[in-house]
Amino acid sequence: MTPVVKASALRKCYGDLCAVDGIDFEINRGECFGLLGPNGAGKTTTVKMLTCALPVSGGDITVEGLSVNADPRAIKYLLGVCPQEVNLDPDFSVFKNLIVYSRYFDIPYAEAKERAGELIERFHLHDKLERPIEDLSGGLKKRLLMARALINRPKLLILDEPTTGLDPQSRRQIWDEVRGMKRNGLTTLLTTHYIEEAELLCDRLVIVDAGRIIEQGTPPELIKKHLGGDGNLEDVFLKLTGRHLRDE
Amino acid sequence: MNRPALLGNISYRAWYMWRRNVDVSLVTWKTNVIPPLLEPVLYILAFGIGLGAYVQEINSGGRVYGYLAFMAPGMVAVGIMFHSIFDTMYGAFVRLRYQKTFEAVITTPLSAEDILAGEILSGATKGLFAGAAILLIITLFGLAAYPSSLVILPLAALGGLLFASFGLWFAALAPYIDNLNLPVFLFVNPMFLFSGTFFPLDGMPRWVRLLAELMPLTHLVDITRAATFNLLTADLLWDLLYLLVLTAVMLYVSIRKMKGRLIK
Repeated sequence: MTPVVKASALRKCYGDLCAVDGIDFEINRGECFGLLGPNGAGKTTTVKMLTCALPVSGGDITVEGLSVNADPRAIKYLLGVCPQEVNLDPDFSVFKNLIVYSRYFDIPYAEAKERAGELIERFHLHDKLERPIEDLSGGLKKRLLMARALINRPKLLILDEPTTGLDPQSRRQIWDEVRGMKRNGLTTLLTTHYIEEAELLCDRLVIVDAGRIIEQGTPPELIKKHLGGDGNLEDVFLKLTGRHLRDE
Repeated sequence: MNRPALLGNISYRAWYMWRRNVDVSLVTWKTNVIPPLLEPVLYILAFGIGLGAYVQEINSGGRVYGYLAFMAPGMVAVGIMFHSIFDTMYGAFVRLRYQKTFEAVITTPLSAEDILAGEILSGATKGLFAGAAILLIITLFGLAAYPSSLVILPLAALGGLLFASFGLWFAALAPYIDNLNLPVFLFVNPMFLFSGTFFPLDGMPRWVRLLAELMPLTHLVDITRAATFNLLTADLLWDLLYLLVLTAVMLYVSIRKMKGRLIK
């Protein structure tokens, strides 16, 4: 089966400094793929190149066989992006946020209304339909961002640090949603620095540091390889990336 | 950056961005609709009736104008400028830096150029709306001749595009929102005062008149005033040409500059 995403020798450099320095990976259909790494490792830069928000400096990354270098618009129709930072429209209600976003994908209003209704139900947003965005809690905002990312029925869902700053209850709710989408066969790319989250959700993952992939495999494989099976993924992560502090 | 592709990357999707911004304006319509309608009434009271009591007539270019009738088209032109330039200058800056709107939209099928063209179109729409609203008010005061004043509507759309492009360019140049005080002080305010809006430039020193000729608002005011007095002549085509060329240049320059800020 052809992979949904394929990155080959992917690079992003600013002068001599490379944020992403030649990485290769593939995301298979239906899997949840983790992109892990400390701050400044190149996760966000990789995601931005995948979402065609940043031009690549070298190599290529493809989605369903389409290259970001050649067909950015066609790729963007296939993506659902749940960003790290909240970028909802503060002037619109919950419902209107979904509708306005659906237009960007040429979805007709009647269809968009139906999809928005389903997503509002699924993400438990119905109590807050007409509330201004700034009144929503952090967890609700994330749920709305996730609902928004699904309005175009994407082939690939990108979750960029989906639970950063959330309380344990909201975090668990997001995890349940991700598991549910996986059961439905949605291919997902997850970036996180909560290693527990990756261990729980990801079928396969890569650990990046300083713009390069330093390890890859399934969570149990990595634990077995580096710790002889005794320990958790966070211990593996710290063993590989060291304990010194990172700045963005 | 791929230069020839800049225009090629603009598609019908720019209208989605336009609609998003218009939808926001409709949510907050009270603050968007009432000021353009009330502002000119204030100006007419203050300048037309207050100051007009002392300055009844204006001599300009060998012609005598009633003061209120002289300043009325100036108000229309100023309204077009203010409402379009501030929409993109502060509005686009907020959407870029604080609301992260562009970041959200750039991952959808819209290109950076679609987003920015949509920004300029919605800024221009505000300028057109303000121009039409003020024209309506001065018409009610009997200060606009018809049908010649209808020329002001397409002119307001052009002026809107021009000043919305300038606004977007300033927003793209400013590292912080406070930096936008500079173009207000150096560009917007001098034009507001010295473009023949509220008094003719005939009595000004030569260097002031030369500078005024460079300011786009001067040309917008000239055509608008000719329209309200039913004095449209062929030599105004030079003013129109200046506005058209400057608009084309600023559309390109502003989209290019802001794209560089969106995509590094």
